[in-house]
Amino acid sequence: MAQVSIRDDILQLTPEGPRLIGSRCKACDNHVFPFVKGCARCTGTEMERVVLGTRGKLWAWTIQGFPPKAPPYLGETDPTKFRPYGVGYVELPGQVKVEARLTEADPRKLQTGLPMQLTTVPLSKDKDGNEIVTFAFAPIGQGA
Amino acid sequence: MTDVAIVGIGIHPFGRHDGVSGMEQGAHAVRTACKDAGVEWKDIQFAFGGSAAAGAADTMVSQLGLTGLLFINVANGCATGGSALFSAYNTIRSGAYDLGIAVGFDKHERGAFRVQSEGRGVDWYGGSGMALTTQFFGMKINRYMETYGVSERSLARVAAKAFRNGELNPNAWRRKALSEDEVLASPMLSYPLTQYMFCSPGEGGVALILARGDQAHKYTKKPVFLKAAVVRSRRFGSFEVLAPSLSIDWSAGPTVDASKAAFEIAGIGPKDVDIAQLQDTESGAEIMHMAENGFCEHGEQEQMLAKGETEIGGRLPVNTDGGCLANGEPIGASGLRQVYENVLQLRGDAGKRQVQGDPKVAYTHVYGAPGISGVNILSR
Repeated sequence: MAQVSIRDDILQLTPEGPRLIGSRCKACDNHVFPFVKGCARCTGTEMERVVLGTRGKLWAWTIQGFPPKAPPYLGETDPTKFRPYGVGYVELPGQVKVEARLTEADPRKLQTGLPMQLTTVPLSKDKDGNEIVTFAFAPIGQGA
Repeated sequence: MTDVAIVGIGIHPFGRHDGVSGMEQGAHAVRTACKDAGVEWKDIQFAFGGSAAAGAADTMVSQLGLTGLLFINVANGCATGGSALFSAYNTIRSGAYDLGIAVGFDKHERGAFRVQSEGRGVDWYGGSGMALTTQFFGMKINRYMETYGVSERSLARVAAKAFRNGELNPNAWRRKALSEDEVLASPMLSYPLTQYMFCSPGEGGVALILARGDQAHKYTKKPVFLKAAVVRSRRFGSFEVLAPSLSIDWSAGPTVDASKAAFEIAGIGPKDVDIAQLQDTESGAEIMHMAENGFCEHGEQEQMLAKGETEIGGRLPVNTDGGCLANGEPIGASGLRQVYENVLQLRGDAGKRQVQGDPKVAYTHVYGAPGISGVNILSR
């Protein structure tokens, strides 16, 4: 069964692993995820698409304890099958803090500053039976 | 420029009202406010109004009366009410009109707000299981607690206070007191926040009638003056709700900016405030907003709450009507509810929850998506 990205212009699945696509302001080096056409720091409009870093540190986090509404959520919404998942901001050094799913959902195993690695988590299947995945960060050293 | 007074207030009870539209709740609030000011709807010269999910406010004239007045719809997320009030305030201050109304109402579906992004392609943000406002509040207070040593007990204290105050408020939705332990034991929705630490989207309506200060006594024996009305959006580097990414730079959020500007306009400081209504989307928000609005240093809240300083009988009563936690959050009406409560308190008409000691200055603050704050300062 193949894996497909929730959206190719946000998340690319490469042989080397998942990659997030953001933008970089050519004038002030401000990075934003996902791609935007204008810079909120310097008001510049010369933005280029860049592949963002894949490692960073956890900056803020929570645990999603109830199933989100569908739409828009593509994952499990049945309360009897839903399992809580982590959500946090991971600071990619010198670039940007990206909000992402976390593979860890145990509050005892999460803390600010934890080193994290980009990975993916499955959401659902598309009509061809492919597994739709979105990006996530995993604590380094815990099966990333 | 002329002073501006609030001379009439009206509310439709908050909560769930099956069979009553959001706009009907808004119209009820308008009629109640007119009665309070001793005016007829036809006397109202202009209106600013809004709702997020219950229709265009200006269409309420078809149930209030087609008088030909100037009516402008306001849509500004959680600051919709604050923006309507800002607009009404400045319309009178400028001298354009003498008597007008700010109205807000709403009616939301049950459960957390559904946030869907429009535009091309798959909604990857909500689709991935993000785009929930509850997650932002969990992340912000979680980080704040770690940084400033605020405890889970403090989160529970705020919620228990809200429900205690709500019990004293006949217009509140949640009117049953809950113990701190019950709050802590309720299901964990977004760590470290439990179910009873969160407010729920709900229903309700509020209307406020504003007049030139020098004409206020025509309408009421107890005018309350609006000393500052400020709305601010976010600046680069702030940590805001529904942000797929944040800058590695840092700046304080719009609440800090709006608060500073409001105090400057009013010519007073936080120490002069007798009562504060602060955005309490969840318990942690009230705690963080105490400091962001200048009422204490970061981290001091732990001791203030332990000593009961923000209780109705405390040094600085906060959310005396039960706040969003006990009233729910009908977006269009929520900010105006805070002002309604402050007017009641400054008039001395708040009944069982009246703050003693003859309060003279009262403060309101809202915060919401996508990073917007509104602050109002009232005085007698």
